[in-house]
Amino acid sequence: MAGTFKFELVSPERILLSDEAEEAILPGAEGQFTVLVGHAPVVSTLLPGVIHVKLATASTKGIYIDGGFVEVNPQSVTVLAEHAFIVDEADQRQLEEALGKAETALGEAKDDEALRHLTCAIDQLKGLQRKKAA
Amino acid sequence: MASLKDLRNRIASVKATRKITKAMQMVAAAKLRRAQEVATAARPYAERMDAVLASLAGKITSREGASPLLVGTGKSDTHLLIVMTAERGLCGGFNSNIAKLARADALRLMRDGKTVKIMTVGRKGADNLRRDLNKQIIDRRDFRGVRQLSFTDAEGIANRVLDMFEAGEFDVATIYFSEFQSVISQKPTPLQIIPAKLPEAKDDGAVAKNSAVYEYEPDEQVILGQLLKRNIATQIFRGLLENAASEQGARMSAMDNATRNAGDMIDKLTITYNRQRQAQITKELIEIISGAEAL
Repeated sequence: MAGTFKFELVSPERILLSDEAEEAILPGAEGQFTVLVGHAPVVSTLLPGVIHVKLATASTKGIYIDGGFVEVNPQSVTVLAEHAFIVDEADQRQLEEALGKAETALGEAKDDEALRHLTCAIDQLKGLQRKKAA
Repeated sequence: MASLKDLRNRIASVKATRKITKAMQMVAAAKLRRAQEVATAARPYAERMDAVLASLAGKITSREGASPLLVGTGKSDTHLLIVMTAERGLCGGFNSNIAKLARADALRLMRDGKTVKIMTVGRKGADNLRRDLNKQIIDRRDFRGVRQLSFTDAEGIANRVLDMFEAGEFDVATIYFSEFQSVISQKPTPLQIIPAKLPEAKDDGAVAKNSAVYEYEPDEQVILGQLLKRNIATQIFRGLLENAASEQGARMSAMDNATRNAGDMIDKLTITYNRQRQAQITKELIEIISGAEAL
C-alpha cells in the first residue's frame, strides 16, 4: 500500500473517529467510491449506507451513516454525518432507530436512484441486526 | 426593634439561604464545564460545514436558480423569530435579556409594517413574551426533562422551520440566543439563518486555490441546496449549545452574588444581634443596681 491518509468522521456532537487509514469506501450520491491516498479533491454528498474504512492498523471498521457529505483531499478524508455509529459498537436500539428512519425515507423516495440506495441501506441494516442477534 | 429571638431566627434563615445558593453555584459550575465541553466537541463539525459552504458559495457566481435558503424569497414581509431561552430561572438577567432583545426587534419590525411570528424554545422565553406578544407566538418548544441536548433536538426544530419555509409562511428567520463570552459575560445575539448569511472565506488566496480544484458530485448547486438545509439544524444546534453554556454561566455568577449578599446580610444581622444583646445586659444591670440602691 502506498501510504495512509487521515480519516475523520465528524458528527455535530463530537468527532467519532479520527485515525490514519489506507482505504475508505464511501456511499456517494452518484455511486459508491473508494478513496486511497492521493485522491483528487472531491466534495460529495453521501447516501445512507455503510462506510468501510481500512485503518493503518490493518483493522477494518464499518460505520453506518444516514446521509451526510464528504470532503476528500489527497491527504485527508472528512465525513460529516448527522447520525452515525460504528457498526461493531452499535446496539439493537441504534440499529432499530436507523432502520426506522431509512424506511420512512424509502416511503418518501422520489427517484429510482434513491430508492435503490435506500433498499440497499435497509438490507445492510437488516443484515447487521441479524448478525448482532446471532 | 426586633427582639433577640427574631434576630436569631433571621440569621438562621439567611444562613440556610446562603447554603442553598452556594450549592446552586457549585452545581452550575459543574454543569458549565460539561456544557463547554459539549460546545467544544460540536465545533469541528460547524467549522468544516462553514468551510465547505464558503468555498461552494464562492463558486456560485450567478444567483439565478440558487436555493431560496441562500438568496431569500425576494421579499421580507414576514419575519420568524426563534427565541431560545432556558427552562429555569434563577440565572440573573439571562432569560430576560434574550427576551428583551427579541421583543425590541419584534416591535420594531411590527412598526415597520412587517408581520412577525415567534417561535419560542424554552419555557422561560414563552412566559416572558406571552404578556405582550401572545398573538405572535405560533409555536413553543421546551426541553423540560432533557438532560443533555442532542442534535436530534435541534433537528426537530429545524425540520419545523424548513416545513414552514417551504409552505411560504415566512421570508426571514432569525434565531435569538445568548452567546457565551465568559462566565461573567453572555451576550444576547440575533443570528439570521434564512436566508443564510454565509461565512466570508477567511483567507481568500488559500480558499480560492483550494476550491478551484475541487470536484463536486453531484454539481455545486445540488450540494449547496442540501448543505444549506443541514446548515439550519447546525446553526440551531450551535445556538442551543451556546445558550446552555451561557445559562450555566449566568446562573453561576448570579448565585455567586447571592451567596456574597447573604454573607453581608449575616454580618450585619450579627452585629445588630450582638449590640442588642449588649444593650439588654446593660439594661438588666442598671435595673439590678438601681433596685439595690433603692433598698
